[in-house]
Amino acid sequence: MRDVFVLGVGQTPVGEWWERSLRDLAADALQAAVTDAGVDLPQALFVANMLAARISNQTQLGALIASHVGWRGLEATTVEAACASGGVAIQAGVRAIASGMLDLVAVCGVEKMTDATSCPVTTALATAADADFESAHGATFVALNALIMRRYMHEHGIAHEAFAPFSLNAHANAVHNPNAMFRRAISMETWRRAPVISDPVNLFDSSPVADGAAALVLGSAEIARASGQPPLRVLASACATDSVDLASRENPIDLYAARQSAQRAYDQAGLGPGDIDVFELHDAFSIMAALSLEAAGFAEAGRATQLAADGEIARQGRIPVCSLGGLKGRGHPVGATGVYEMVDLATQLRGDAGAGQVPGAAIGMAQNIGGTGATVVTHILTADD
Amino acid sequence: MIPDSAQDAERVRFAGTGEIYSLTLLTSPPAGFEDQAPYSLALVRLDEGTLVTAQLTDLSEAPQIGDRVEMVTRRLYSDGDSGAIIYGYKFRPLLRQQ
Repeated sequence: MRDVFVLGVGQTPVGEWWERSLRDLAADALQAAVTDAGVDLPQALFVANMLAARISNQTQLGALIASHVGWRGLEATTVEAACASGGVAIQAGVRAIASGMLDLVAVCGVEKMTDATSCPVTTALATAADADFESAHGATFVALNALIMRRYMHEHGIAHEAFAPFSLNAHANAVHNPNAMFRRAISMETWRRAPVISDPVNLFDSSPVADGAAALVLGSAEIARASGQPPLRVLASACATDSVDLASRENPIDLYAARQSAQRAYDQAGLGPGDIDVFELHDAFSIMAALSLEAAGFAEAGRATQLAADGEIARQGRIPVCSLGGLKGRGHPVGATGVYEMVDLATQLRGDAGAGQVPGAAIGMAQNIGGTGATVVTHILTADD
Repeated sequence: MIPDSAQDAERVRFAGTGEIYSLTLLTSPPAGFEDQAPYSLALVRLDEGTLVTAQLTDLSEAPQIGDRVEMVTRRLYSDGDSGAIIYGYKFRPLLRQQ
């Protein structure tokens, strides 16, 4: 297997892009990434998207976006794994280069959610749950996360307020990210006043519906040497799965796929949790942030909220998470999120995060979670010397 | 209960009783469920050990984790004005004497 490098990154700000189409957002991110990498035409494009077929009545995003960017004839396809679409698309790109079949690949995550009203979006997002055993019973994504959170609080004897530091940290970090949706810190008082959406999940426990596109350019060592940017080496790219429905899991408050995915990534990289300087985790809901930290070995089961309370997830802490806002502060354009996580990680490892910089970040990890933990992709990156 | 292999699988009829493993009150429903909101969704641990996702129904007071419940057949949702009415299982507080 050959080494694979992240050569360039690009993104649109995350937000409500009513005046921009799906293809325009994707093209902006891709052009920015290609310019950043200092390369010309990639050999293939992997598009990550979850909802375009339902919300935008559009399939074949590979062809749509490749032709819109002006890459006529390019090999292109769409990859879908709900909210893990981005991570899985990146893995497809990494594999293409590691195998030696391609030398230069573009990956673009794009999602457009805010053109539709709440109910169709809620219904479309629920397709990531089990249609027969969850959605048919009226389950929504928020409700499924509420079921996990309620049980976690019950088993570990943890109060709802213990999750607040995850939201406060993400919002505080988003202030320094010019591409984040919510660039403002929130106080504990604000958190306490948040309306409950699906108890115990409140507004600040959940990430916002958003539009956005993020892109990566991946290349081989040979291409990396000719590129303008200091390349970042992919040390691990690992995917694992679990049952789509919560009820079929042996322990619904332990993310088995996240644990497997993280372990496979550590094995590939020859590293452990103690080697990771910054962790872009998937805080679609604050309970997912806690479970991701536990699954990746940063806290024992039931101890993640204590890690957060101790300030260890902050920029100066032992394991900074959501360093540029995470899903909570940056926004969660679902199919694009896995790519945004890697863009944020790359920004940290290059030392380009400005006031949001994690000091001394040399090795970083991103974990992208689909559904309530059915598909989980973990990547580890390093700033190559 | 997930069998180790397909050969180990056998057909089992559940008694339909169990207890609430986790629950939430859902106020923003998906399409097809608008007329039912707000409703309680739960994970129910059946007495045989299996977990099931289902709505709680016939509630007279706020349900809690650990409450005993039993399965009943109810309307789950309707597929529009002219579509099929889908029936399935929900759980209500246990009425039967054990």
